[in-house]
Amino acid sequence: MELTREEESALKGEQGEIMQMAYRILVATGEATDAEKLIPIEWAHLSGVNYNTIGDAGEEFLSSISKNARVKVKTTLNPMGFDIDNVSNYKLDENFISKQLSIRNSYETMGVIPSFSCIPYEIFDIPQNGTQVAFAESNAAIHANSYDNLKTNKESAFSALASAIIGKSPYSSLRKEDTPNVTIQMKVKNPNELTYGMLGFYAGKVGDTSVNISGLGEMDQRQCKAMCGGMGTSGTCAKFNFVEGDPNTEKIDFDEKEMQNVHDELNTAEKGDLITLGSPQLGLDEISDLTAKLKGRSFEKRCMVFLPRTVKEQAQKIGYITELERAGCEILSDCCTCLTPLICKDDVDAVTTNSIKGAFYLKNSNGVGVNLKSLKEIVEDETR
Amino acid sequence: MNKILVSGKVEGIILKSNDPINFLGTVDKKTGIISDKNHNLFEKSIKDSILVFPSGIGSSVGAYTIYSIKSNNTAPLAMICKKADLTVATGCALANIPLITISDKEFESIKTGMKILLDTDSTNPIHYQ
Repeated sequence: MELTREEESALKGEQGEIMQMAYRILVATGEATDAEKLIPIEWAHLSGVNYNTIGDAGEEFLSSISKNARVKVKTTLNPMGFDIDNVSNYKLDENFISKQLSIRNSYETMGVIPSFSCIPYEIFDIPQNGTQVAFAESNAAIHANSYDNLKTNKESAFSALASAIIGKSPYSSLRKEDTPNVTIQMKVKNPNELTYGMLGFYAGKVGDTSVNISGLGEMDQRQCKAMCGGMGTSGTCAKFNFVEGDPNTEKIDFDEKEMQNVHDELNTAEKGDLITLGSPQLGLDEISDLTAKLKGRSFEKRCMVFLPRTVKEQAQKIGYITELERAGCEILSDCCTCLTPLICKDDVDAVTTNSIKGAFYLKNSNGVGVNLKSLKEIVEDETR
Repeated sequence: MNKILVSGKVEGIILKSNDPINFLGTVDKKTGIISDKNHNLFEKSIKDSILVFPSGIGSSVGAYTIYSIKSNNTAPLAMICKKADLTVATGCALANIPLITISDKEFESIKTGMKILLDTDSTNPIHYQ
């Protein structure tokens, strides 16, 4: 990788330890991805916020670098472990809460916007077409590339943080060319959000850097969001192209049989003890839809609803939150199903969800059973 | 293709996985043991090995897991991949764990239990012993 004289000097440590560390990360990233140079970015979105995932090593690291590190570009943040407004309703110990607040404080000290959301694409204005950004959250990176006409690699927590501090990212893979290795032909009829999530999960397994998907018709944002959540958990692929693709590209079908395989891999329980909605967090559109589907009915078991704080504030003004609370929902801002410390296998055998991303992490990290259902089925089966 | 992502020199025993590794949620940070039942290294410890695997997959937060296992002294001595992904590259860069990539052919021939010296300053970084 070619570095400018100034970049070389920073890598040697002449601009301090923080810059040296940040450049070391970007150089390793650049070498990994065949970048020839670094290019400016306008927005970074960081993962590595939830104490449940980054642990003491992450907390100590952030606390240490926040003394000197400052971000150079607009930088937003993934969810943390809980919602401070209702954390006392859950079994979280004091240590968890204080470590999480330390992480929050470190990011704020560095100048990061405390958005605590995995759907930055729904709550912030999207820059103009082709803008280079650095998104670490997998579903957000895929969404940025596939739906928002932005350019990002599927960054790691560290490369996004280093990019935020330097204001540059390696110029590699999805930032320049786009050569999908396969076209997936969607053959499943009458898809719902669960189907799209499973299609995404399948695409992440067969896709290399990017994939083509045909047979979907007009793509809407919610379908795309479900696909991005699914794809982010199963592979390194970071872009959908909603086209047939080159005639020479390998074609494979996503049919009922392939869908059943994904379903069998992730669905491990007949029923759930509680329901979670949101992973990725729900946007205003989904909250509106859930409220409309409920039509005055109430949940017969616990239902956790995860959404960004800004969406909660909007939903409160419209009256959706009152309605959801009446129906028995637990409303949680700033956190998400994915890697939540609020669901523990000591208390819960299985969880019902319509999220493929949530299912993957509930099964593998929380160690609980998963019962997959679409939102429509959840409302039909679990409310009265 | 051979690339040096993070430089260094270590001697150790190969632990090879033919499955990719999702560091987040698959590796126990305290013990370095693989906890995913569907993984071919299930119940094996990656601690102090030279870990050979095709690539990392899954959540980017896995980079912190690599940093964590290094802090907990349960990390591999070095990692060798077929394809370098961002999560593993940056996690290793920060944790200062040597990381190289090797050709498909060399990946096929390298086996669990082999003793090697990895030296990224050498023209041929892997010395079989």
